[in-house]
Order: sequence, then C-alpha cells, then structure tokens
Amino acid sequence: MAKVTIDGRTIEVPDGTTILQAARMIGPEVAPPTMCYYSKLKTSGGYCRTCLVEVTKGSEKDPRPMPKLVASCRTNVMDGMEVGNVTSPKVTEARKGVVEFLLLNHPLDCPICDQAGECHLQDLSYEHGSSKTRTDFERRTFEKIDIGEKIQLHMTRCILCYRCVKVANQITDGRVHGVINRGDHSEISTYVQQAVDNDFSGNVIDVCPVGALTDKTFRFKSRVWFTKPVNAHRNCEKCSGKVNLWYKGEEVLRVTGRKDQWGEVEEFICNTCRFDKKNTSDWTVEGPTAVNRHSVISANHYEVFKQPTEFKLNVVKPLSIEEGEQA
Amino acid sequence: MGKKILLAHDHVPGIQTYEVYRKHGGYNSVEKAIKTMSPEAVVEEVKKSGLRGRGGAGFPTGMKWSFLAKPEGVPRYIVCNADESEPGTFKDRYLMSRIPHILVEGMITSSFALGVNTSYIYIRGEYFYIVNILEKAIEEAYANGWLGKNILGSGYNLDLFVHVGAGAYICGEETALLESLEGKRGNPRIKPPFPAIAGLYGCPTVVNNVETLAAVPFIVNEGGDEYAKVGIGKSAGTKLISASGHINKPGVYEIEMGITVEDFIYSEEYCGGISNGKKLKAVVAGGSSVPILPADKILNLANGEKRLMSYESLADGGFGGGTMLGSGGFIAMDEDTSIVENLFTFARFYHHESCGQCSPCREGTAWMEKILHKMIDGHATLSDIDLLWEIQAKIEGNTICPLGDAAAWPVASAIRHFRSEFEEYVKNPKAINKVTRMAV
Ligand SMILES: Cc1cc2nc3c(=O)[nH]c(=O)nc-3n(C[C@H](O)[C@H](O)[C@H](O)COP(=O)(O)O)c2cc1C
Ligand code: SF4
Ligand code: SF4
Ligand code: FES
Repeated sequence: MAKVTIDGRTIEVPDGTTILQAARMIGPEVAPPTMCYYSKLKTSGGYCRTCLVEVTKGSEKDPRPMPKLVASCRTNVMDGMEVGNVTSPKVTEARKGVVEFLLLNHPLDCPICDQAGECHLQDLSYEHGSSKTRTDFERRTFEKIDIGEKIQLHMTRCILCYRCVKVANQITDGRVHGVINRGDHSEISTYVQQAVDNDFSGNVIDVCPVGALTDKTFRFKSRVWFTKPVNAHRNCEKCSGKVNLWYKGEEVLRVTGRKDQWGEVEEFICNTCRFDKKNTSDWTVEGPTAVNRHSVISANHYEVFKQPTEFKLNVVKPLSIEEGEQA
Repeated sequence: MGKKILLAHDHVPGIQTYEVYRKHGGYNSVEKAIKTMSPEAVVEEVKKSGLRGRGGAGFPTGMKWSFLAKPEGVPRYIVCNADESEPGTFKDRYLMSRIPHILVEGMITSSFALGVNTSYIYIRGEYFYIVNILEKAIEEAYANGWLGKNILGSGYNLDLFVHVGAGAYICGEETALLESLEGKRGNPRIKPPFPAIAGLYGCPTVVNNVETLAAVPFIVNEGGDEYAKVGIGKSAGTKLISASGHINKPGVYEIEMGITVEDFIYSEEYCGGISNGKKLKAVVAGGSSVPILPADKILNLANGEKRLMSYESLADGGFGGGTMLGSGGFIAMDEDTSIVENLFTFARFYHHESCGQCSPCREGTAWMEKILHKMIDGHATLSDIDLLWEIQAKIEGNTICPLGDAAAWPVASAIRHFRSEFEEYVKNPKAINKVTRMAV
C-alpha cells in the first residue's frame, strides 16, 4: 500500500496505482483532465499531456521533488508522495499551454460537429484554456475519409490521442488502423483506406474524445442535447448488449456504449448493437441514463429534477418536467 | 599535440582493413578480456575510467552498464546508436568510415562484459555507404574468429548485426530506436520502464553511442585508471568534436577534454580561427539542441576564467549563461551570421523531425517554425518574439522525450542572448535580409 496526498487530500492505494487513478479515487475535484488515457485500453496515455501534475515530494524514502511535471496517467504513486494538481500554479500554466497546443490546429467547427455537447476538447478548453487564440496561421486540414460504411474520419479534428489506434490493436482483430506520417503531419489512417471491417470497429467512435471519428448513421441527425439517453440491453452473442439508446421523440437516433463518470465506456459493444438495432423493439429499456448536471445533455433531460434547497423559496419557479418537455 | 585514443591510427594507410588494424593492436582488448578477465572485471574498468556517454547526455557508462537487469534465461542486448542526426554532428560518421573495426572491437568487448550474445548497430539510412564498410569489417571479424560461436575457444558466442534505419532524427532517441529496430514506427516509448530493464523485445538492453563503445578497447587494454588520467576531472578521456561553420579548418578533431574553447577555435591544431579574418559572433557548442552562446560567453566564464572544452565547464553558468558539450557538434558563426535565420533553420529541422506523439512538441515545433518563417518574410511584430519565448517555455519539460527540450532550448537561448537582434530584425527586415544565412 502507498499513501499519497493530492492537492492536500490523502488516500491509501495499492502499489502500482497511478497518480491519476489515485486522484480519481479521491474524487473529480482533484482528478486531472485526460484526453488520451483510457483505463480500458492498455498502453494508452502519455500523449496529450493534459494530465501533467507536479510531484512536490517523491516519496517517504526519497522526498526530493520530481524535476519535471509528470504525466499522472503513466506515473505510479510511491508511499509518501505529494502531488499538486489544481493547487499547483506550474500545472495550471502547463495545462493552459497544452490546451492551446491542442486547439492550435483544431477547426473549432463545433456548430457543425456531431460531437459538440459531449466533446472532451470543448470541456477541456472551457475549463483550462484561454478565450483568445494567439495564432493567425492557416489551420491544418485533411479530406474526410470513410472508414467503412458506418464510420467517418474527420482528421482535421483529430488530436492524435492514439485511443482509436489502441482499440484497433487491442479489441479488433487484424489491425488495419494506425498512424502514418510524422510530427504535425501525422494522420490516422486505415491501411490504404481499407475499411476497418470487424465486429468491434465501432468502438473507435466511442473512445474518440473529439469529433474526428463519428457515426455515419447519426450524422447531422440531431444535436446531442436534443436527444435523450436511456439505458437498455439486449441478448447479444457478441457483446454484453448493454448500451445507451439516444432518443429523439420515438426514434432511436444512435446507440453507444454506456459511459462512466470519466467519459469512458463501461463495456465495449459490437457493431450489430451499435449500427443495426435502432428499434425500441430490439431492446429492453431499463430507464433514463443518469447524466451529470453540468453536462449540456442534462439541459433537456427528463431525469427527475432535483430542486436545489436554496431555491426552495422559489423566486423563480423551476419548470416542471412536463412543462420542460412541452417547451 | 593532445592525446589521441580513438583516432590514434587515423593517419595509418589501410587502417580500414582488418590486417592493418590488427597489426596496430586491434582486437587486443577482446583477447585480453575474454582470456584474462571476468565480465565483471571489464565493467569495473569501465567504471573506473569515468567514461561518459558520448551520445549527448554524458551519463556515466559504467553506471549505465551496472543498471542492466540480468534475469535468468532472458537474453540481453547491446545496441549501438549510430543514428547520428543532430545538425552539426558528424563525428560517428568519420570514425565508422575511417576505422570501422574500432567500433566492432568495442562492441565485442562490451558485449562480453555484459554477457550479451546478440548485438546491433542501428545506423541512419543516409549513411548507406558506411553500412557497407561496417558489414565488411564485421565479415572480417567473423572470418578471424572474433565473432560467432565459441570466440577464442572460450565458449562465448556473439552475433553482431547492422540495422539500417530510414533516416529519422527521432530514431536516435534510444527508445524510438528500439521501436524502429523492432520494425515499428519510431515513436519514443514512455519511460519507465527504462531499456536497462525492458528494452529491445522487452529484454534488458544497453544503448550506447558509437564513440562511447569505441573507447572501450583502450580502457580494457590500458586500464580504466589510465583512461581517467586523460581529460579533466569528471570529463575523463578524449572527445570527438565535429567542427563546422565559419572556421578555417572544419572537420572532426579528437581533443583531450580540458583544452580551452579559445584554443580549440583559434589554434592551428584545431579549427585554425575564423575564416576570412572575420570575428566570432556565436557558437553552438554541442549540436543544434544545446543553447547558443555569444562569443564572449563561450570563450570565458562569468568569473573571467577561460571556458574549457569539458562537460562541466561548458555547462558552467547553467541555462542562463552556459551551454552543454552535448554530442560534440561545434558550430561557429561569424559576425555576419543572422541569429534569427540560423534559428529558423534549426526550428524547421525540429518541426520536421518531431514524431508527433505528444501535443506540445507536435504543435509547438510547427508553430515556432511558422513564426520564425513569418519573421524572415518580414511580417512579424515585436510581440511575436514574446510569443516564441512563451511557446518554447510551454514545450520544455512537458514532453515524452527530450526532443521537445531540444527544440525549445535553441529558441530560448537565441532570444535570451540576442533579443536585440530579433527586435532589429522585426523592425527592419529589409536591411537584415542581406545577411547570409547559415547553412546547417
Ligand atoms: C531526439 C534525440 C536524438 C538523439 N540522437 C542520438 C544519436 O543520433 N546518437 C546517439 O548516440 N544518441 C542520440 N540520442 C541520445 C540517446 O537517446 C541515448 O541517450 C544515447 O544513445 C545513449 O548513449 P551514450 O550513453 O553512449 O551516450 C538522442 C536523443 C534524443 C532525445
Ligand atoms: S481519431 Fe479520435 S480517437 Fe483517433 S487519435 Fe484522433 S482524436 Fe484520438
Ligand atoms: S517530444 Fe516530440 S519527438 Fe518526443 S515523443 Fe513527443 S512528439 Fe515525439
Ligand atoms: S491523459 Fe495523461 S497524457 Fe493524456
């Protein structure tokens, strides 16, 4: 066991735990943002550098601080380690820099991007970025590429987090998906644009933190915050069959894996569940998906509205669920 | 004349061939080590010698070797880093093409010391003609019983292979090199684990520079203490310096560490002074990654003493006032050189060579190049200088591998020491554009 203190809060964790995992155990207030790490994908993390933290004390045995900020997703805790995340000005500065780098060539085409509303880059720049850009150079652009019939790659939006590459390597068989070219010319590519064609390829959509990999069956159908997620399941021989159905009215617009509080899918789902089962009759619906109150998706959500106690006296009368629905 | 260890027989005709090399004491270290020493004793000599890695970081070689994990039943590897791609650095090329057997010998002796049965030389693709030279040397070594099975009847086996890279600077970073050697995309690995624990094919591996391994024969033949007597303090031994730029005698020199920088630049034995009778303006002392220093700072320390060609003396003054010995790529610039345009050349290089894995380096190197390009085109503003400064500061220390730092330091040091020149350049681009651009 190792005792680690992050932003002044101490927790005891098993040896081999990363700083990021320990921080997540303490809670979202001290958990560094992550754009590339994905707990379900081996060797993920280390690329984006948004999760950098400052280690002010290495361990009980060797209390020296670490000379550089470290990627919390790829650094293990030591007993007695002390870490600064939100409390470290160095981290705040570096993170601001990372966000600026990630946005440098990003098209910021949120108004026409299917990912808007559930995009980690939007959240990241909102929370850690600055409101102005300091570049006036032309941004990097790429042609859109179809990866098979159901998935579209819009490389212009990609932040090269390598998550989809890990999915292709680890949960689909016969890898045909990777990175070509170098540096800022790097490009996600399927081997000679060959379709990634196997039962689990659709998961690249769920792991993509931005709108670079999107579901063609959902393209431009709706903004995500106008759709309503419910938990549902079906008997599937290929995967767990546990999904979120995203409804608009009576219609299932898309099917995704269920995401946890860190934005990661709980279980990977197969392409049949994702692309081919779009009727309510295909599914056993369990009920509405819990959505974080801060998410824009909650704006139109019919989960029971909890009235904040301080508003009990009701200066403004909160909309009732039904009224909200009709509005 | 300073002591020569690596290039002692450089002038001997035919030293490239096995016969001549052998006649001048070649392969004696293999014989001595295998017949009279234990592997541990060889490691001990290397520790005593104070030899430090010549690839750039200057890490003590004996210590690196002693970190090598030795689990039962798992192979270990030595990989020679011959990717030499740092602008200004061409010493390994010289050594390998002139005296290929010294590297082969060094690798055999080192492999014996670490109980390694398979070793690789990873060489950059552009050095294709040296590949032939090395392969011929290796063939001769096999033919004469220095490589292969049961070397010198000792029961010790060693195979040595040359692997040709595709010519990427990043494949000189040791973990990218290992990825490339395994046949993958040359992306640096995230450390830990370090190669000494999990390197090539997940097995314990030592990666050493050409020049480092080539120093081992002398250390074994003459003893670590003899080697440690050469040089100065913790900068033991000799160092190959590849000198280029505006000097009268560009080339590769073996210097005894501890000579003054002034001597190196101005003496007839080495660079022979600045060409065309011009004045020295600035020096990049250890390959393009290390901080550039103006003439007065490279020649003298802050306390007025003369700066020496050694790890410690070149680093004296820290990042604000010093630089690094690095890989020994010594680039001298005369008074007509434009620091801004030279920096652009460097920035373009790092942008081109970034592997693109981590966001600060991938995006930052490209951004810095664009801003410098804008400056050269005469469209920059004064605030762009500050922006450059901030970008480099956001890259430095925040990346997976040191290429990010290597891209940041030249920018930081150029602005730190030559800010007024940047300002002039931005204010009056036309006047300055007449100046010749350094070709590196
Ligand atoms: C971007 C980058 C490029 C490098 N290129 C080389 C190289 O071309 N040759 C080399 O010997 N070391 C190079 N290095 C250093 C190696 O990573 C490694 O430290 C070295 O090979 C170790 O050998 P040494 O201990 O003998 O110096 C490079 C490092 C970085 C970060
Ligand atoms: S396409 Fe998406 S998942 Fe793949 S590397 Fe780019 S941002 Fe990451
Ligand atoms: S610092 Fe640059 S070269 Fe090194 S891993 Fe990151 S992107 Fe690649
Ligand atoms: S989440 Fe740790 S580096 Fe990307």
